[in-house]
Amino acid sequence: MSDAEIAVRDLTIRYGQHVALKGASFEVRPHEIFGIIGPANSGKTSFLKVLNRMDTFTAGMHFEGQVEVGGRDVRAWRNLYALRRQIGVVFPLPVGLPLSVYDNVAFAPRLAGVRAKADLNVIVEGCLRRAALWDEVKDRLNALGSLLSGGQQQRLTIARALSQKPRILLLDEFSIAVDPVTTMRIEAVLSELKAEMTIVLVTNLVQQARRLADRTAFFLMGECVTVAPTEQFFLRDADLDPRARDYVEGRFG
Amino acid sequence: MFEATDLNRRDARTQRLVRALFLLMTVLLAAPVLLILGVLLVKGGTMLSWDFLFTEPTNGMTAGGVLPALVGTVWLVAIALLASVPVGVAAAVYLSEYAPDNVLTRVINLAIINLAGVPSIVHALFGLGAFVIFFGFGTSILAASLTLAIMTLPVVIVATREALQAVPHAFREACWNMGATRWQTIWRVVLPNAVSGILTGVILEVSRTAGETAPIMFTGAAFFLPFLPASVFDQTMAMSLHLFVIATQVPDVPEALPYGVALVLIGMVLAMNALSIGLRTWLRQKKKW
Repeated sequence: MSDAEIAVRDLTIRYGQHVALKGASFEVRPHEIFGIIGPANSGKTSFLKVLNRMDTFTAGMHFEGQVEVGGRDVRAWRNLYALRRQIGVVFPLPVGLPLSVYDNVAFAPRLAGVRAKADLNVIVEGCLRRAALWDEVKDRLNALGSLLSGGQQQRLTIARALSQKPRILLLDEFSIAVDPVTTMRIEAVLSELKAEMTIVLVTNLVQQARRLADRTAFFLMGECVTVAPTEQFFLRDADLDPRARDYVEGRFG
Repeated sequence: MFEATDLNRRDARTQRLVRALFLLMTVLLAAPVLLILGVLLVKGGTMLSWDFLFTEPTNGMTAGGVLPALVGTVWLVAIALLASVPVGVAAAVYLSEYAPDNVLTRVINLAIINLAGVPSIVHALFGLGAFVIFFGFGTSILAASLTLAIMTLPVVIVATREALQAVPHAFREACWNMGATRWQTIWRVVLPNAVSGILTGVILEVSRTAGETAPIMFTGAAFFLPFLPASVFDQTMAMSLHLFVIATQVPDVPEALPYGVALVLIGMVLAMNALSIGLRTWLRQKKKW
């Protein structure tokens, strides 16, 4: 399927001798939320790192096989910074940069060359609104981003990722450090964002994948076991790999 | 009921003993500083006056003030800082943010550690050979300052590197993920948060540079030169050497004079330290996490 937003063929990721992911092949379609579930050490985060070529910052990390983003091999990008600016990333633990709330969100636009204060104001407000944070921080845009509460910081990192105007948004277990109410708010935001971008959602919470993801991949010990429409994982009579069924039904992991 | 056992009581006793012992050590540590300052104040305090600071030495250095030495030391320290801080910070940024862990990096790290261990008299001879003779700067402020700069480089590099490494790695990754280059990350996020630590290194460097005598003796400091330097290619007097000279080389110096000179030298260093500490505190208050 050539219209895939992300096309992965025979992807193997190694850290030195250790294989983190072996021979994975699947596609992520435009404007879907693609869930990736599976226990720890399954290669989920490693896969995200390949998408925006963070392997270049990770000692010993290598990958083989083909990964296309927007129809272009990630290895064909000579300017990796341009690639990364199209991909927003949200980490498990929120990282508010030690800058003001405003500067956190204006960071990426400034990198992209936006200088005019008026333009930045529009971007900052827009991104904070879409991340459901504007009302809480509009009166203290000059406060340090790193002093916000955990849940606010996580929404700040989402606003920051949105400020890149990404075509792909990667979320790596974003709700680990966030309370359930904030998680629900962020999930509502993600459902709306789908219209504008493609979202890859790595999560430990099977139910979160069920709530959000259109299709879901199940990773287990470095293997991409199953890729299927999410509801397939929860249908009794679906033809599903028994390991995936055991995992979603909570028999392990 | 819960009651303290013998073992509990012994633990508590040991704990009190250790605490008292370490407190004693800490107090002992402060004693020499207070003693030095006290003696200098008592014996040299009478020398202090604006005249002492702002006139030249007279009568074969047995009377008058310290102006040329004071100005000379300021020149030496300022130029040494100008030379060593940019180089040291750049090297530390490279080592901390860019350098791969390979043989070359390890050799450079080893060289820095060894540079810190070279005795100052050896630095002096190196400065004489390299700056005075080979580069042809002559015995001059420039040659002496560069010698001091090389001697204090390791301090700046080590302090800067530690300050950089204290900035959480997650900040860097967040920036890289947004498509920032390493340099953009360093300039916008890492360096602003490392400044106070870098300043600590600079403070240490100032103190050491102002007080060093051996490295400047052969390279630019004059025994007696009652004028202010006009350019960096002039020789100059310096407080540290001046103190050495009047304390050991000149006959019939009034007893209070060397104490007065020492007091001015320490006062200078403390004043510069206070300035940097003030700056650092101010920067820390703006600190971001």
